[in-house]
Amino acid sequence: MNKVGLIIKREYLTRVKKRSFVIMTILGPLLMAGLFIVPFYFAQLEGETKVIGVLDHSGLFFNKFRDTDNIKFRELSGDLEENKELAMQDNLYALLFIQPLEYGIPEVAKLYSIRQPNIVVKGYISESMRKSVESMKLELPDIDPNVLKSIKTNINLLTVKITESGDERSSYTELGMGVGFISGLIIYIFIFMYGTLVMRGVIEEKTNRIVEVIVSSVKPFQLMVGKIIGVAMVGLTQFVLWVVFTLVIVSTFLSFYSDEISNYQQSQLNIQQQLESSGINTGPQLPSIDKGMETNDVNESLVAFYDMMNSINFELIIPMFLFFFIGGYLLYGALFAAIGSAVDSETDVQQFMLPLTIPLILSIVVSQFIMMNPEGPAAFWMSIIPFTSPVVMMIRLPFGVPVFDLVLSVVLLIAGFFFTTWLASKIYRTGILMYGKKINYKELWKWLRYKG
Amino acid sequence: MNELLSVKNVSKQFADHKALDEVSLSVPSGSIFGLLGPNGAGKTTLIRIINQITGPDSGEIRINGNKLNPGHIARIGYLPEERGLYKKMKVGEQALYLAQLKGLSKSEAHKRLKYWFDKFDIGAWWNKKVEELSKGMQQKVQFIVTVVHEPSLLIFDEPFSGFDPINVNLLKDEILALKDNGATIIFSTHNMASVEELCDHIALIDRSKKILEGEIMEIRNTYKSNTYEISFTGEISDLDKKLGTEFTVIKEEKIGHSSTAKIKLNNGNGQNYLLQKIIPHAEIQSFKELLPGMNEIFIRKVQENENKN
Repeated sequence: MNKVGLIIKREYLTRVKKRSFVIMTILGPLLMAGLFIVPFYFAQLEGETKVIGVLDHSGLFFNKFRDTDNIKFRELSGDLEENKELAMQDNLYALLFIQPLEYGIPEVAKLYSIRQPNIVVKGYISESMRKSVESMKLELPDIDPNVLKSIKTNINLLTVKITESGDERSSYTELGMGVGFISGLIIYIFIFMYGTLVMRGVIEEKTNRIVEVIVSSVKPFQLMVGKIIGVAMVGLTQFVLWVVFTLVIVSTFLSFYSDEISNYQQSQLNIQQQLESSGINTGPQLPSIDKGMETNDVNESLVAFYDMMNSINFELIIPMFLFFFIGGYLLYGALFAAIGSAVDSETDVQQFMLPLTIPLILSIVVSQFIMMNPEGPAAFWMSIIPFTSPVVMMIRLPFGVPVFDLVLSVVLLIAGFFFTTWLASKIYRTGILMYGKKINYKELWKWLRYKG
Repeated sequence: MNELLSVKNVSKQFADHKALDEVSLSVPSGSIFGLLGPNGAGKTTLIRIINQITGPDSGEIRINGNKLNPGHIARIGYLPEERGLYKKMKVGEQALYLAQLKGLSKSEAHKRLKYWFDKFDIGAWWNKKVEELSKGMQQKVQFIVTVVHEPSLLIFDEPFSGFDPINVNLLKDEILALKDNGATIIFSTHNMASVEELCDHIALIDRSKKILEGEIMEIRNTYKSNTYEISFTGEISDLDKKLGTEFTVIKEEKIGHSSTAKIKLNNGNGQNYLLQKIIPHAEIQSFKELLPGMNEIFIRKVQENENKN
């Protein structure tokens, strides 16, 4: 086996076998599952029946919304302003307004409400609309494969608050924002947790005095890279286990929570089959398309959960998340290793940690601002500069990012990774063999200029 | 004798400090070569250069006539002065890891480690964590991982520190056995007694320059001061007066029924002349020339060098 492989294997195995790793692996998913489940649980607890007024100017959604135990729909007519006042007077929970379209099928609707509508209500409405829209698309006369592709629909449900004074304020979907922010936060935590782990590992080797034995067998660079990659794999393992366990817990919870899950999945499956078969058959057959919605007593939480899963652009977000997750860690990991090599004990790291923590903390601090101005210059620059891009780009991503920005950010992060690794390796190979000397930045600068 | 390692005009500069200045050495194959020098003289830097941990600024190093290259790493075993092990790792696992880093296959490493662990009688420690071991035990493990890949060049930096006298002897025997098996050994220490005992050749480095190199007996002969130790029965009163100005009595002491004296010949006369002078006065029990110890030569040369600068 090659030597870097051996180092990676050791770094990986010694950490994965630790008790703290096992404990974190179990605790993490419980917390994450809590994050998913708790909002639904609380929404469910709001026991009152919510009445939603439906003002459908497109005329396409008549009787498409089925009442549940907690959500009742009332068909309205007339113009929007009248109905807004009506909604206020009648104390409706919210008013759903579907605009007429010149042609085609609407995929945008506005939900007016006095309070912030809860996640279950929103999810239930958009999922109901999505199913209707998908079946309407299948009913179109000249269905061809291209249309079929566009059948998978995302309903864009804008929520508009009617304040007491009658003002309207649009808010974007919090869900996309939440996904962006949470993935940015995960990257931030991962860089810190595992960067520190790399640093500790280097300090351990240095204080144990094993490092000179090892660098007589391998190059310092190989040792550093092996350690960084080994620790990254520990992080990825933990992350994957978290995702898997979280999904297991959430789906177990949902299946306990509701008997409808199999029913609902069945209806999802039906649509799938419908799509597949209608691609080949001459005419679309639609008898069972609404089966899921026709089932009485549909659990709105479950429906909302599916909506949540549907409304996120996973095809873009997941690969980008993985890239920035790994790229950001590698960029910082090398620098953390360099810090570890320059000090004699963990108590000396403070002065060198500062320049690393500032950009990271900054990118979390400005996240609110970035979400309000996802196209602004601050968002642009911070999402392409490698030291802040892993977090900020993830926050920006759900709002739609121009391809140019994305490519630039990716290229710069890769270049930044090569730069920091080169820089770190120069400090590292001198630092690991240097004992009992108080190191400052001037000293580090000297090390950079030493020849191999 | 063949030369295994040759160091030619090697210099190494750290920012404001010259660690090595045009150092040249020649280490004969199959010898034990003592690398001596005061703290901070540049020994460790030279050893690190030979181990390819750092590179020289200028100069050249050859092993068996070939320029130093990464392939040599597997042929060198290095026991650094600052040595340690991963504390949380199991002994056997760790020894396997380090042996594999030196290029042994896992099964081969396992086989050889088993042999060495049995030889040092520490087989029972295989599954213990390093932190449970005493310092001496850890040193044994470190010695084993230094030699397990059967390198042709071994570098020991203060190998005996941390060992009790019994284990020091065990280790000396192992080092001599390695030499008998054809390994060349570079031995860096401040313990001059063990240098005299083990080394065939030495080099003395001071203030980044080599100031002395050669075969140890030749060096000691070069620096001898015509001093002899003589033991005889009884006692000779007024020995220095009886010998006259041609001799200086450095030390004289009586132990039981016999006496020992250290006498220096002041002019070119040989030792027989000294014997002739003493025979009339007492019965001689033993007579030998006193060669200067490495300790003496070390101190003398380093002080000379300091006075020069």
